[in-house]
Amino acid sequence: MILSIASGKGGTGKTTVAVNLALSLKDVQLLDCDVEEPNVHLLLHPKINEEKSVYVSTPQVNEELCDHCGKCSEFCEFNALFIIPEKVLVFTELCHSCGGCLLVCPKNAITEKNVEIGVVKKGVIEGVELVYGELNVGKPVAVPVIKDVKKQIKNNKIVIIDSPPGASCPVIESVHGSDYCLLVSEPTPFGLHDLKIMVQVLEGLNIPFGVIVNRAGIGDKKIYDYCEEKDVPILLEIPFQRRIAELYSRGIPFVVEMPEWKREFRLLMDDIKERMKS
Amino acid sequence: MEKRVPFTHGRHKGAYEKLKQITILSGKGGTGKTTITASFAVLAHDIVMVDCDVDAPDLHMLLHPQIMKTQEFKGPKLAVIDRTKCTECGLCQNSCRSDAINDSLQIDPFSCEGCGVCVIVCPEEAISLQERISGYAFISKTKYGTMSHARLNPGEANSGKLVTLVRHNARQIAQKEKCSLILIDGPPGIGCPVIASVSGVDGGLVVTEPTMSGIHDLKRALRLLDHFHIPPLVCINKHDINRKNSEKIVKFCEKTDVKVAGKIPFNPIMTEAMVNGKTVVEYSPESTVSHEIKRLWETLLHVRA
Repeated sequence: MILSIASGKGGTGKTTVAVNLALSLKDVQLLDCDVEEPNVHLLLHPKINEEKSVYVSTPQVNEELCDHCGKCSEFCEFNALFIIPEKVLVFTELCHSCGGCLLVCPKNAITEKNVEIGVVKKGVIEGVELVYGELNVGKPVAVPVIKDVKKQIKNNKIVIIDSPPGASCPVIESVHGSDYCLLVSEPTPFGLHDLKIMVQVLEGLNIPFGVIVNRAGIGDKKIYDYCEEKDVPILLEIPFQRRIAELYSRGIPFVVEMPEWKREFRLLMDDIKERMKS
Repeated sequence: MEKRVPFTHGRHKGAYEKLKQITILSGKGGTGKTTITASFAVLAHDIVMVDCDVDAPDLHMLLHPQIMKTQEFKGPKLAVIDRTKCTECGLCQNSCRSDAINDSLQIDPFSCEGCGVCVIVCPEEAISLQERISGYAFISKTKYGTMSHARLNPGEANSGKLVTLVRHNARQIAQKEKCSLILIDGPPGIGCPVIASVSGVDGGLVVTEPTMSGIHDLKRALRLLDHFHIPPLVCINKHDINRKNSEKIVKFCEKTDVKVAGKIPFNPIMTEAMVNGKTVVEYSPESTVSHEIKRLWETLLHVRA
């Protein structure tokens, strides 16, 4: 079973929920798909036992074979190839690695080379198998790194996916294919606004979802009105407590110091399983 | 590390010599970028405000823009199969590197990047690329000046391109209205929309928080600014929730020659102001939070000069 955790707005507590849920369940796989700013490992401190580079293929042009006909540049929807007299310029950061330029070149002058854009790391701690990706600083496209992280999914396990903030391609790539999605929000206008955007995304993807209200007690009550009106279940509330915030700031998952919460997270998981049956 | 260029003395100079652009970023989400940017908008004069967080924009909830102009944004195209011509040979599926075509030869619009490879491999010429509207860009009036912002449709790709459009609009407004500063509220992360938000700006203010994640993400955001030769400044929000970590941030910044321009204490008044749809400097002008934000703004202006 694949359970993804998303939010729209950043900093609402996705990673907190992912890590505390994983530690409460044990024997799970936890994937950190926020490859731009991965944080799960900062709370779990795993010993890394495997590290693999992520590559994307980008075109390289053999100028001896190229007659600068311009077909490649005409084809490329992403403007990654530009012909100047007697030379083809390749803008690798715009390339989507579709391979189309190779197909359209009549002279077979284009080949591909691999460029490293990130790394996938694996480690185990306290029964939690962690896989996380790290996009190299300065590289724009996160999606191929997320894809490589998701290739590590083990079908016989409960898989928890910590998704990045926002509602565009890296988020889609992270939540795509999950059986259920937990939307972590906070009871503030920003939290609610961005929650509504994610609800639209998940409806489009046909993924069932429920809401976790984090920092309950701050802000206002509008998120509750919205969930009631839309018939979206609120599966858990985590109160705003200075202790929880302080533990997070020190890099400690709160179930470690407040073990009574483990039961809450196990019940949450049972609840999700029950909802998926019906 | 080599001595950094002073803030806002970046190498990027273009047609708008006198016009400065500053981006507020954070790496980690939810550190307070938008709350702080909105307060700056109130304190500033002659500026254009930009919300570059196009997939989850929030700045409008504090600045209440009145939309004057709406522009369609065409993102990546979408491949469409003409069923009357399709012979189900499967070549398109085999050549699609985005795995956007399933076994029934249906195209998943969420996975299709609009590259056009399927169009050229189809022997029946049954596939074409169609344009799709991925969002809208807006130019709006607010009490505090003109604002350039956008809304990417939920789940769409290419937010970087929309960011570029929003920034292009902002520069045009700034030129027309003779503004000297463009203030950009950036998205979280360090990927394509963030790079599009910081490219060519004169300075980047990183808003961080004293948590392990905040520190980790701050370092990556600073490396990103360094990579693009953009002078950095740092502000620690909620600095008193973990003073030890705040001290660590200050030390790290000293070591790498980055100025910590402000430290804002934790105060629920920030959320209260947001609930009331107001910036904190208007909602509670005499609070320590507001004083600190004013001081931060003055430092920013001072460094800019």
